[in-house]
Amino acid sequence: MADEALFQFLHNELIQYVNNAESGENENGRCVSKLENIGFRVGQGLIERFTKDTARFKDELDVMKFICKDFWTCVFKKQIDNLRTNHQGIYVLQDNKFRLLTQLSAGKQYLEHSPKYLAFTCGLVRGGLYNLGVKSIVTAEVSVMPACKFQVMIQKM
Amino acid sequence: MSRQSNRTTDNKKMNSELFTLTYGALVTQLCKDYENDEEVNKQLDKMGYNIGVRLIEDFLARSSVGRCHDFRETADVIAKVAFKMYLGITPSVTNWSPAGDEFSLILESNPLVDFVELPDNHNTLIYSNLLCGVLRGALEMVVQMAVDVRFAQDTLRGDSVTEIRMKFIKRIEENLPAGDE
Repeated sequence: MADEALFQFLHNELIQYVNNAESGENENGRCVSKLENIGFRVGQGLIERFTKDTARFKDELDVMKFICKDFWTCVFKKQIDNLRTNHQGIYVLQDNKFRLLTQLSAGKQYLEHSPKYLAFTCGLVRGGLYNLGVKSIVTAEVSVMPACKFQVMIQKM
Repeated sequence: MSRQSNRTTDNKKMNSELFTLTYGALVTQLCKDYENDEEVNKQLDKMGYNIGVRLIEDFLARSSVGRCHDFRETADVIAKVAFKMYLGITPSVTNWSPAGDEFSLILESNPLVDFVELPDNHNTLIYSNLLCGVLRGALEMVVQMAVDVRFAQDTLRGDSVTEIRMKFIKRIEENLPAGDE
């Protein structure tokens, strides 16, 4: 089934829509946070459906591994390429070929637009973690398309 | 680890759930942004149209369907190939008008509404209106066919099935460069 393509098209429309709706000053920030919130809702729902038959997680790292492997494979068809942590609540997830960026030109031309294409996913991860009992702040950055890094900062509850 | 056991079988389902949930979040957002349901319906149709004009390229590339010779054939391809490919369902094609220019797609189940219940204050919302836009956009772009697409029945509003009514309007000729064909 090719519904993966369907999701990508929908994701693009979502960005387009939110971007147009928030065209005022300070637009980029609001656009990103709106997309992030939408992603958050989806992440919450998705993780509940996904983990209902799985074993209990050992610890935070176990949760993060689950996000990097199972969750990522499911949503983006590949695993996170590199997971790093400082063991003090900061995790960096690196994806060398992030699915939602592969449709964009690899040069520097659209680099400034990349936050919009990552905001939904940041929310998705935050929502997923939130419903697994891990409160966090997720940010993303791109230096060279289509590779990107997601930084997860765990907030102690 | 026991956690890994049933992962592969779940994968496909999860991906369609990702789509369903994302779509739900989008509709929710639209309902927040717009005052009335008509506006939301219109916006969904517009977004669907934008998806449709791109989706048709993807569809033609993936599937190996050739040119359709009449509207009936088009209907069959939509139901049996396109819906199957993208939504994993095969609607039945029925209720042909005598002139053969209008038919219904009956969806036994609609993946878009898997987790949805319409609240009372949104009784004119056509939740899955995106689909109409997609069909319209896809047919218009490559197949050069103007169609009218609308929901005739919807399980969300208490009907027993979901019915999409499609009406052929005309073939779009003006896009052809002079002397072509």
